[in-house]
Amino acid sequence: MSTASSSAAWKAGDVVPDQFPAGLRVLVVDDDPTCLMILEKMLRTCLYEVTKCNRAETALSLLRENKNGYDIVISDVHMPDMDGFKLLEHIGLEMDLPVIMMSADDGKNVVMKGVTHGACDYLIKPVRIEALKNIWQHVVRKKKNEWKDFEQSGSVEEGDRQQKQSEDADYSSSANEGNWRNSKKRKDEEEEAEERDDTSTLKKPRVVWSVELHQQFVAAVNQLGIDKAVPKKILELMNVPGLTRENVASHLQKYRLYLRRLSGVSQHQNNLTNSFISPQDATYGPLSSLNGLDLQTLAATGQLPAQSLATLQAAGLGRSAVKSRMPMPIVDQRNLFSFENPKLRFGEGQQQLSSSKPMNLLHGIPTTMEPKQLANLHHSAQSLGSMNMQVNAHGGQGGQGDSLLMQMNQSQARGQILNESTGSHVPTLTSSMGQPVLSNTVVGGVLARNCLAENGMTFNDSHQNNSLQSNLDVGTSVLSHQGFSSTQRTGQNRNISAVGKPMFTAGDTTDHVNAQNVGPINTFFTDNSVRVKSEFVPDASCETNLFPEQFGQEDLMSALLKQQQGGVAPAENEFDFDGYPLDNIPV
Amino acid sequence: MDRRHLRQQVTYVRKSLFDQGYLDDQFMQLEDLQDDANPNFVEEIVASFYSDSARLIQNIEQALVSRPVDFGKLDDCMHQFKGSSSSIGAKKVNMECSQFREYCCAGNIEGCIRTFQQIKQEHATLRKKLENFFQLARQAGQAETA
Repeated sequence: MSTASSSAAWKAGDVVPDQFPAGLRVLVVDDDPTCLMILEKMLRTCLYEVTKCNRAETALSLLRENKNGYDIVISDVHMPDMDGFKLLEHIGLEMDLPVIMMSADDGKNVVMKGVTHGACDYLIKPVRIEALKNIWQHVVRKKKNEWKDFEQSGSVEEGDRQQKQSEDADYSSSANEGNWRNSKKRKDEEEEAEERDDTSTLKKPRVVWSVELHQQFVAAVNQLGIDKAVPKKILELMNVPGLTRENVASHLQKYRLYLRRLSGVSQHQNNLTNSFISPQDATYGPLSSLNGLDLQTLAATGQLPAQSLATLQAAGLGRSAVKSRMPMPIVDQRNLFSFENPKLRFGEGQQQLSSSKPMNLLHGIPTTMEPKQLANLHHSAQSLGSMNMQVNAHGGQGGQGDSLLMQMNQSQARGQILNESTGSHVPTLTSSMGQPVLSNTVVGGVLARNCLAENGMTFNDSHQNNSLQSNLDVGTSVLSHQGFSSTQRTGQNRNISAVGKPMFTAGDTTDHVNAQNVGPINTFFTDNSVRVKSEFVPDASCETNLFPEQFGQEDLMSALLKQQQGGVAPAENEFDFDGYPLDNIPV
Repeated sequence: MDRRHLRQQVTYVRKSLFDQGYLDDQFMQLEDLQDDANPNFVEEIVASFYSDSARLIQNIEQALVSRPVDFGKLDDCMHQFKGSSSSIGAKKVNMECSQFREYCCAGNIEGCIRTFQQIKQEHATLRKKLENFFQLARQAGQAETA
């Protein structure tokens, strides 16, 4: 998608370019080819730049590949590969673009669903050109809201916050929080409230969970015992300057989910992991390296009882795990510990969802990653979410299998993300998840998981380790941002933020709950999680239709999604998040 | 035929399509979209519809004969078909689709089957009429350029 200069320029400020709305970059998604053609023609007549696609997945890929390439999305509600509302959620979480829903169905319930999922408008089919002429207003409105929030919080705020964080020599979580919050409050209570919102938009120092850092983390967790590992204590044990309790908290959430997933997928992945485990960390990427690292850590600490692990994994994996009943065998457990379980996942395809998904989810790019690339990604993503990496790495190796795996991963990641995103969203609302800290960690996690795909990390084979790494960073920030923004949005009541919000408030399904718990993890996947949320929340009909045996992409995708839904629910209960309820680690 | 005569015919045929309820306002929307960049836009859209609707009709038929009847799926298939037919302004077809959905919601499979026959009939009738109309319009256009 070409970036209309006018639109891009417009983003920079709240001054609308003269030619606007001409050149508005619209992405229209509809599985009906006739409708698609008509819409395209209508939009072109309105002088908009139109990109059309007939599948939701394609749309997400396009959006992920080019995050700033579109101004608004118009999507049909009924689509074969993905529910329009899920897509809506994904977009809201990952890209925060205004989304207009369309349907021949004008029933009140459906329209309400659009509202609760964050659609900025709902058009009844057949759509008339008059209805399309004014869609630009949603873009302007959204931008104005964003800038307003940003300005309110002020860059000074951000700077102060950042300063605060770095200045905090006291790493005890409570102290940090207190200092941070106090300083904030002193500044401006209002701004403080908007911090979360801003944080997502503002650049905040993000914690990149490097391999070493993650190892330290795992060591601390094992030392404390997974049952007793609370962020505060972990933080103290780790004794890493600049790390905050929030960072640890969100990372811990992800970790738990990761473990759960492992337990769920361990069955399947067991086979895979074995094959995938490679001695080098860097090469195969996450799988091998993570496993190695984690295993060592685990081995060293020996803290994690198989059972706990299994439980955690099962819980975390809930979704994906539905399929595989855990408890996992020892082998699996080890894998579980390492974020790399992706191996397990990888083979499974389904499993991969959790790991692979991150990759896909992040970027939505179902690229087949070369093993090397995966390794690279993995390397950088190790700390983040070897889980994802593994999956991807796996794919890379297989060549053929790569695409399949990748896809599977993607679908998985997606599913995961979806679940996770819901979780993350929820927490943000309830807790101060909005803080950048979370996003950082989350992002890292997400990146790792999604194989860096999501946030600007593209899986292109051409990606070099360096690029991957850099992508990670970028992604991280993006993810953080994304995750953050999505969470924030919920707080801010932005248009799309509704996605996150409804999830919380809806809370009528376990999915919602899960979403909350998953919170941190979600951000981790950001992209993925975002999606997860959408799936999660909107459809109470989460099925525990965990990954089907088949590896068909579509199957995987739907399976992942379903899994997530189903899986998430159980996980949530365990997590029982409300912000960072990390102190109660469900085992 | 001379140009004027042809054009008159085209106008007449077009008007009757609307008057007899075969087409509705949406069709006019399509006509408005036709321009120099897409001189055959309406015809292309109709062609796309008929090409795609064959698949949708097949889906409905399959859902109708499968036992036990899955009314949810039936409704879903019909929803797709209706969305498509409404986008070209196929008024009579659309009305039958609405009727079908009513039977579907009521779980009346016979009603569905009956209505579906009607739908297919209207679908085919409209196709012929539109083909005739487009041909006439082409002739009139050619006559004009001739």
